[in-house]
Amino acid sequence: MEYLIGIQGQDFVLVAADNVAASSIIQMKHDYDKMFKLSEKILLLCVGEAGDTVQFAEYIQKNVQLYKMRNGYELSPAAAANFTRKNLADYLRSRTPYHVNLLLAGYDDTDGPGLYYMDHLSSLAKAPFAAHGYGAYLTLSILDRYYRPDLSRDEAVDLLKKCVEELKKRFILNLPSFTVRLIDKEGIHDLEKLTLGAK
Amino acid sequence: MALEDVCSFKERSVQHKWFSFSSLGDAAIPFPMSDHYNLRYSRLETSENNCGVPLHFFIPPLPHSSSFIKRPLSSFCPPKNSMTVQRPFRLAHGTTTLGFIFQGGVIAAADTRASAGGLVACPAVHKITPIHSHLVVTSSGSGADCMLWERILIREIRLYQLRHGHRLSIRATAKLLSSMLHPFKGTEMCVALTLCGWDNGPKLIYVCSDGARLQGDVFSVGSGSPYAYGVLDRELRWSLSKGEAISLAREAVFRATHRDAYSGNNVDLFHITAQGWSQRKREDLKEEYYRDKEKKGKKKNDKLK
Repeated sequence: MEYLIGIQGQDFVLVAADNVAASSIIQMKHDYDKMFKLSEKILLLCVGEAGDTVQFAEYIQKNVQLYKMRNGYELSPAAAANFTRKNLADYLRSRTPYHVNLLLAGYDDTDGPGLYYMDHLSSLAKAPFAAHGYGAYLTLSILDRYYRPDLSRDEAVDLLKKCVEELKKRFILNLPSFTVRLIDKEGIHDLEKLTLGAK
Repeated sequence: MALEDVCSFKERSVQHKWFSFSSLGDAAIPFPMSDHYNLRYSRLETSENNCGVPLHFFIPPLPHSSSFIKRPLSSFCPPKNSMTVQRPFRLAHGTTTLGFIFQGGVIAAADTRASAGGLVACPAVHKITPIHSHLVVTSSGSGADCMLWERILIREIRLYQLRHGHRLSIRATAKLLSSMLHPFKGTEMCVALTLCGWDNGPKLIYVCSDGARLQGDVFSVGSGSPYAYGVLDRELRWSLSKGEAISLAREAVFRATHRDAYSGNNVDLFHITAQGWSQRKREDLKEEYYRDKEKKGKKKNDKLK
């Protein structure tokens, strides 16, 4: 139902998420933001079960901020991703596991851009591009075909548009708009919302 | 939680998150639970994050069959002294409630039928409850659960106001409610509340026992909600006058009760502005039905002429 996508370039990461907050067959909100800002250069995109997403993402968000307060410097994206995975794994075999699928995107001043794919079984993989949701089945092959490690920003946005157009064409659910953000060494930038579906 | 470390709360023997079912099954392990706001330790076993509500209150009767529980359980030990009583009928969550924001404030509307399966248990229930002078909450889901949580919310908001000298904002109220409902995720408790209120502007926030917390401009909840959305989505605009908004809300509830078997009887309407909430007299939808039929009959006659 929900869709997340991330594309890593040479010196940036482009991420997008749909804007629908649904409850069974009804779209309760059309402008829901599924991205959580962990720090100046790290974004966590979170989809999954209704309450779990916000609870888990806010928990990670506050803990990353706490680390900065205690130690004076921010967690790197790799460290934040591993911390997130560890928390997911700890709760996995408890009585109340979090059923969430995540993409963590960040820019490290030493290592450059990074995109991390995590799923509800707390697997973690650093990937050049990734997607979550039913839409991923339709768009991963497009990413496989057209992705190059040296994509420019405009080319990455075009690739993203290709994926969204495919969803509009073949996905049975209506996902009218997508929030798009770009992370580079300057921080997190909001790009124009993609609205290719019926309003 | 993370902030506890900063505030140096004492490490509890609670397994994770809020509290542990298995340890509560044994007689009384006295957790030194701190009262959330006053940072004192109280003898009464109260769940810290539920602000003074006695713990035994919060042990949901866990059914033995794990197929009942939506979330996978690995180390599940049911408390020894709580056997679930099987319900004689399925819990049905029939209702139509709605709320929307417009230039003149917030409108909250709901039907008044309480159904239990196919029986109309009560035709004149109050599904909209005032919390304080500028906040009402519409409830749907299980009637008993909603009544309980409304009372808990009223108490917590009042306590906060007395302790801190100012009223909690509506967003914070929603977050507080959502946190209080979180321990019950995965159990059979079903509460879906819409907070409709005013604090520095109209606010409408939907909180559900599943954990969802959404702020928006229009929400409709319950078995009749798709029908209500059908009417609301066409006519709703920011620039409605008060009279238009009220008749739109009434029409939406009416159409939903017409189609949905589990909604009906009367409609309650509340209007919230910067000056507070005001309630309209409860209206029987039977009258609305006959009025509508008459209007349609007149239209048909006009067409035939």
